[in-house]
Amino acid sequence: MKAARHEKEWGRVVGPVAGILILLAAVLLAASLCSAATGPAVPSIFKPESTPADSIYGLSLLVLAVTGIIFVIVFSLLAYVVTKFRRRASDGPEPPQVYGSNQIEIAWTVIPVLIVLVLFMATARVIHAIQDAREPKGAIEVTAIGHQFWWEFRYPTLGIVTANELHVPVSDPSHPTPTFLKLLSADTDHSFWVPRLAGKTDLIPNRVNKMWIDPHETGLYVGQCAQYCGMQHAKMLLRVYVDSPEQFEQWVQEEKKPAQSSDAVNEGRRIFETTACINCHTVSGTVADGRFGPDLTHLMSRDTIASGAAPNTPENLQTWIQEPDAIKPGSLMPAMKLNDHDLNALTAYLETLR
Amino acid sequence: MASETIALNLVDRGTRPIGDRLHDWVVTVDHKKLGILYILYALLFLVIGGIEATIIRIQLVVPHNHFVSPQVFNRMFTMHGTTMIFFVFMPMLFGFGTYLIPLMIGARDMAFPRLNAFSFWMTAFGGLLLYFSFIGGNGLYGAGNAPDVGWFAYAPLTSRAFSPGHSTDFWTLGLLVSGFGSIGTAVNFIATILCMRCPGMTLGKMPLLAWLNLVMAGMVILAVSPLTAAQIMLSIDRYLGAHFFDSQAGGSAVLWMHFFWIFGHPEVYILVIPAFAFVSEIIPVFSRKPIFGYPVMVAATVCIGFVSFSVWAHHMFTVGMTSYANSFFTITTMVVGVPTGIKIFNWIGTMWGGKIQFRAPMLFCVGFLFQFLTAGLTGIMLSASPFNWQLSNSYFVVAHFHYVLVGAILFTIFGAFYYWFPKMTGRMYNETFAKWHFWLFLIGFHLTFDFMHIPGMLGMPRRIYTYEPGRGWEIWNLIVTIGVIFQIAGVLVFVFNLLRSLVKGETAGSDPWDAWTLEWSTSSPPPEYNFAKIPVVKSRRPLWDIKHPEDPDWKYE
Repeated sequence: MKAARHEKEWGRVVGPVAGILILLAAVLLAASLCSAATGPAVPSIFKPESTPADSIYGLSLLVLAVTGIIFVIVFSLLAYVVTKFRRRASDGPEPPQVYGSNQIEIAWTVIPVLIVLVLFMATARVIHAIQDAREPKGAIEVTAIGHQFWWEFRYPTLGIVTANELHVPVSDPSHPTPTFLKLLSADTDHSFWVPRLAGKTDLIPNRVNKMWIDPHETGLYVGQCAQYCGMQHAKMLLRVYVDSPEQFEQWVQEEKKPAQSSDAVNEGRRIFETTACINCHTVSGTVADGRFGPDLTHLMSRDTIASGAAPNTPENLQTWIQEPDAIKPGSLMPAMKLNDHDLNALTAYLETLR
Repeated sequence: MASETIALNLVDRGTRPIGDRLHDWVVTVDHKKLGILYILYALLFLVIGGIEATIIRIQLVVPHNHFVSPQVFNRMFTMHGTTMIFFVFMPMLFGFGTYLIPLMIGARDMAFPRLNAFSFWMTAFGGLLLYFSFIGGNGLYGAGNAPDVGWFAYAPLTSRAFSPGHSTDFWTLGLLVSGFGSIGTAVNFIATILCMRCPGMTLGKMPLLAWLNLVMAGMVILAVSPLTAAQIMLSIDRYLGAHFFDSQAGGSAVLWMHFFWIFGHPEVYILVIPAFAFVSEIIPVFSRKPIFGYPVMVAATVCIGFVSFSVWAHHMFTVGMTSYANSFFTITTMVVGVPTGIKIFNWIGTMWGGKIQFRAPMLFCVGFLFQFLTAGLTGIMLSASPFNWQLSNSYFVVAHFHYVLVGAILFTIFGAFYYWFPKMTGRMYNETFAKWHFWLFLIGFHLTFDFMHIPGMLGMPRRIYTYEPGRGWEIWNLIVTIGVIFQIAGVLVFVFNLLRSLVKGETAGSDPWDAWTLEWSTSSPPPEYNFAKIPVVKSRRPLWDIKHPEDPDWKYE
């Protein structure tokens, strides 16, 4: 008798449970909508600013709508069944034994098949539109090379090499200047992901991948490496600066120039060129032509160092040279252990690399 | 029924010295003891894997946290994933299968009892070998020498250039050894189910649990073999100078992905099909109705088994396949949703018109239905390859597969624990504690994994040991970590309940649920060799026929 009452109480709880779950789903939905509407620094996939991201956004709304409707229907059905058919206190004999129904089985096979077909056709269109897009004349070409744990960007037609901060021109729909990226890797797998501009594509050693973006608005778009690539995968951040055509042209002209250095920082330059720095870093117009680390010719034109791990300030630069592990433990930059005098001279030289 | 003649075997069980009794467990070839060994072993690793998950969540509770170093974090997520898949879910489900299959098909043991013992000990030693990595090498400092390449260990991160030392070797060899165990168990399941059924039990009259485990075992043989091959190739790369995956020397990183995922995707179904099996046994008993559409359930399972071998590259939508390949794997992945949906509808059909009793096993199965529905729908989102280009490798994916593994599979495992605990131990668990367990774990699960979808849609990739503030991710990570507290509380109640009931539980009797399959016809716990007299069945629910001679099932099947 006690057991029966016990069950009845729990049976009564099940109704509210369904309510709680529905509420939870609603909270989830509201929350995701709210967060999609927050500040510009949030790299949300629901705030696209480029055609590939935009087509994916459109498709995602369709998929969300279809799955949302299925969710509501099946959820309600389940909630109804567990509320309506729970055992009552007036415990009678066994319920009628039903073994199945072919008509019903056919119905709930055919309807999902039709839904799948519709979803697939919508998806296939978007796959084709994004993947098989032709490169128009006037497109910017960039070769992005993933390294542990930073990004190398080479503009073969413009003769520019830079790192971690990609500059591209805004693309006016009436006069499109999209950027086509060729993706390579120098070591392990990486993945290029700037959610507001496009879906991610992996950078895989021994393989050439492609992707493209055509940002509609100027500004800074953040992202980061999305394929686990080793110890500092977390701090392989990615910044894409979308410039107006004039800004971009000016940036290109600046970047094309070799490094300018004044006599005042000759000592720092000597230290740079006689220590291990040049094994890994390039400063164009000097003997430094290493390829393992980022090109430093225009280091000061960048807002961050260590692939976005720290703002590019003189103090951070000194920390980075002396003790990279303080900023990014496990990065491949060695601790240089210079004395204070050499460190100051070296930093002064680096600060002239504009 | 059969139980009275069996008392002979139970003579002086409690009076023998503890050394002798332990020796019995080590050398046993009895499927019931091996099943329990599998389950206990998996429970131990569930706790270990849970601790690793907790460390991960503490590290991510705020941006730029310094709870653990990046290296320890990377080791934690690698070990968490590897442990949960290979040393919790597989042995747990194999354990229930090993325990239940002979009982449910009216057999006295598995087809190959000694292979059964061999398989268990291979799995056990595989896990121990993997965990030896913590104390080999650097000792416990910085999590020792534990692997840090991620649970799918993408090449070329596993090559000697990027993974010096022996951490990757522990991973490779641990999985290789336990893989032999898995294949042995799969062979044993197939042989047992095909050859050892009691008289009258045609394939069409087997309990669904046997059918589903048969399909699962076939998939294990097909899926674990490529993984084993890949592990051997990787070892040859590392020690004998081959270049299968060594991209520095012209090998292919993508080849590893194909090898891994042709294992890895069917693996998901290898885990979820036994979970379906539990649900297909528990829901009918607590709804007091037979399973709705038995033949369709079998067909849908076989269909899932086949189709799941053609979907592996949906894990690789971002590696730059052609638009044709992306379209192909999109449609195959979406198609898996159809038989899976049929199953959900059939379970609803089973409950429809029933008299549902919400005891703990049923509560967990109802939780499973709601959560598996959601997991399936996020799976459909991920199958649309362009949408996948945004979501893959983000926290959305992490949330999705935890919805499957925890929300669906772990929930049904808890349900199975409560359902068969009386059979395995002869004692009832405590219903109040079981319900505390359910509600705490349900709340914890939803706090953690519902909100984990959101940072993924806001651009947060997985496997990062820290993240930048100001990207809208902080609040969600905080909520996710808070959920862990509830989950831990739930699991503590669960373990406490098991231990307490083992000592203090009421005597269960042979058939506490008024159920219908053969395991409930013998005593609890069943005697050695299960049945004094091999039963003869006429329908899928032999005990229903006995209890309702006026209205037996065999008239309708």
